Amino acid sequence: MTAQNVAFWVLAIAMGGGAVGVVRSRNIVHAALFLIIVLVGAAAQYIVLLAEFVGITQFFIYIGAIAVLFLFGIMLTRAPMSAGNFDNDQRWPAAIVAVFLLGVLIALLVNAFGHDNIKLSDELLRASRTGPVADSIFRNFVVPFEVVSMLLLAALVGAVVIARRD
Amino acid sequence: MALNQYLILSAFLFCCGVYGVLARRNGVLVLLSVELMLNAVNINLVAFAAFTRQIAGQVFALFVITIAAAEVGVGLAIVLLIYRNLRSPDLDRVDQLKG
Repeated sequence: MTAQNVAFWVLAIAMGGGAVGVVRSRNIVHAALFLIIVLVGAAAQYIVLLAEFVGITQFFIYIGAIAVLFLFGIMLTRAPMSAGNFDNDQRWPAAIVAVFLLGVLIALLVNAFGHDNIKLSDELLRASRTGPVADSIFRNFVVPFEVVSMLLLAALVGAVVIARRD
Repeated sequence: MALNQYLILSAFLFCCGVYGVLARRNGVLVLLSVELMLNAVNINLVAFAAFTRQIAGQVFALFVITIAAAEVGVGLAIVLLIYRNLRSPDLDRVDQLKG
């Protein structure tokens, strides 16, 4: 078992526990903190997969901005900090749908990609450094990049307009 | 490393997100579950980028991160407005269009 495999399983177990915590926690602040575990785990998985720039961006944007935004949202909606019931009465149908979907997905994935392996080599490391990512964004994907920047601007203005007190 | 271990981890995160969206009542918790689903997509994109040795997967993961930031901004503004109008962030009480 390689070091990358060990790292994967440690991170995967932490992320799985965190994900269950997000959807099952009876304390809303704990749910947000469980989400941070999942986000840090995902950033670490990207670094294991040699996608350094995506990992660092995930760390900055998700943990630096989005998690703080969620904590502000919890504060502004005056959610009870103590344990409470945040579930509606469709818990069992939702669990059945989720387990069924997971079963179908796992069966499909094992069927389709059961024998495929990722080879983490020096060649892959050189090809997925920040430089090639930047080249790809500003050469092949420059139009989507501009569209995304306009979308961010529109979303920010829209959020201000929606949340503003008249 | 097997490609499948990443894909199955991501499928598990996605199904947790589906459960959370369906079973949670609080608007902020529904948005947290949507974030779980978006992260599952990102893990898939980066795993396939490493598998196919093409950089496009990483670029699309960056785009998804950007879209997620925009989605959280607008989503939290909407939850805040629901809280301000209904005095509660519970999405079950947003039922004025119910026939």
